[in-house]
Amino acid sequence: MGQSPALLSVEGLHSGYGRIPILGGVALAVREGEFVGILGHNGMGKTTLLRTLMGYLPATAGQVRFDGRDVTRLSPTARARAGIGYVPQGREIFPALSVRENLRMGCLLSARGEDETIAGILADFPRLNAYLDRPGGALSGGEQQLLALARCLCGGPRILLLDEPTEGIQPSIIEEIIETLRRIGRERGIALLLVEQNLNCIAGLSDRVLILQKGAITREVPPEIARDRALIDEFVGMH
Amino acid sequence: MDLAGLLAFNVLTGIATLVLITLGLGVIYGMMRIINLAHGEFMMLGAYTAVMASGAGVNIWIAMLVLPPLVVGVIGLVLERTVIRFLYGRMMDTMLATWGVSLGLIGLVTTLYGNVVRGVSTPVGSFDIGRYGASLYSLVIMATALGALAAMFGLLRFTKFGLILRATMQNPRMAAALGVQPNRIYMATFALGAALAGLAGGILAPISGVSPAMGAAYVARAFITVLGGGPAIITGTGLASGLFGTINELVSFKTTPVIGDVALLAAAILLIRLLPQGITGRYLRRSL
Repeated sequence: MGQSPALLSVEGLHSGYGRIPILGGVALAVREGEFVGILGHNGMGKTTLLRTLMGYLPATAGQVRFDGRDVTRLSPTARARAGIGYVPQGREIFPALSVRENLRMGCLLSARGEDETIAGILADFPRLNAYLDRPGGALSGGEQQLLALARCLCGGPRILLLDEPTEGIQPSIIEEIIETLRRIGRERGIALLLVEQNLNCIAGLSDRVLILQKGAITREVPPEIARDRALIDEFVGMH
Repeated sequence: MDLAGLLAFNVLTGIATLVLITLGLGVIYGMMRIINLAHGEFMMLGAYTAVMASGAGVNIWIAMLVLPPLVVGVIGLVLERTVIRFLYGRMMDTMLATWGVSLGLIGLVTTLYGNVVRGVSTPVGSFDIGRYGASLYSLVIMATALGALAAMFGLLRFTKFGLILRATMQNPRMAAALGVQPNRIYMATFALGAALAGLAGGILAPISGVSPAMGAAYVARAFITVLGGGPAIITGTGLASGLFGTINELVSFKTTPVIGDVALLAAAILLIRLLPQGITGRYLRRSL
């Protein structure tokens, strides 16, 4: 067990904004179909890590490999086409496009036909059915998060990079997101790399939890531990 | 009564002309936030294409309506690849660069064809509105303007390319994460805007003197109309052209064309003062 080659592997990754270093040598690996959570306080580099993995920020050192291929220098477009899906912080729904049009944009990388893909994804996210012709910008935060996930999954990614999906979202939808992702991950064998502060969400989704501190992965803990706030505070807290 | 008919006809012609000279600029500005100071010269190149092609014996309609957008679209494509694409996100630099392109194109055409005014004869005659004669060519201008607006609307609203264009305009980084290459979309958009400018030049060639510096006569009005129209390219261009075209023609009719242009400018200043984001910045925001 655990010997299958990594789908996404990161070694010695450095990145930052201008001259300000944020990541100082991140190393991690995600296997096919595996759900990995990254826990860390604000300012520890969670979003920077995902933005670097997606290619929005250049890596100043280190390597990112996806499916055995070095993708460290590829553009976000090329990474998306290789099978990396990205749902950013703040959802980034196209506000003036309807829900259906947002989903159609997600279908650009779909291997199947547009109608078929959208019908399939609506079965997984039934709540979106009621809003298909509404502008994406008119949905609530939670609905936008569901739409962002659905849009990303339309493209058939092999791994999903998910940045704080529970930020500012009502608890009922958080449960819905956790259940939907668990089910889809199992059914389609999609891997997940999730960065979060919400302990409930990260414990509910992750097979393994990594702790990110000051731009590096400092330890790995089993997800049950993540439910123990006192213990996590000790691990994640600033020393 | 006849006079009112003639006046209405002239107003519609004025609106259609504004639509034609504005649409290409609006597409490039609205989609890419690039102020293309070479817009007038793109029109000039379209007009020269029409003059040269009809002089070489090409059917006048093809010379006016088909070749100019193709030729200028290709020129726009080349300029985007060689100049503009290095300057995305730097508005001042793109303004300077396109201004340089504008001066360069004027110089080039002057060197090649001389600083003389050429013309193409109007391919259609005139008809009567009561006691007054009116040019049938104005109907061609109206039909072309309407056709261009409808085609752009159809492209944006109903095609996959249009969907990708709108999404990229709203959030290029997110579009990239869904597999779009934003740079390719910008390239196509710039070429499309250039082609529309070329079409305007070609269709206006018979009724305006074709000379290297002709673009200057149009570019200011086109800018005012783009700004007055606001973020929705099609609706904004249509509404602002309707408003400014009506004011321009009515005042020109009562006074002189010069005062008409002054009235257009005054109306534009007033509009921008009241609606800094243009008409569609306040109203009809969800339109295209």
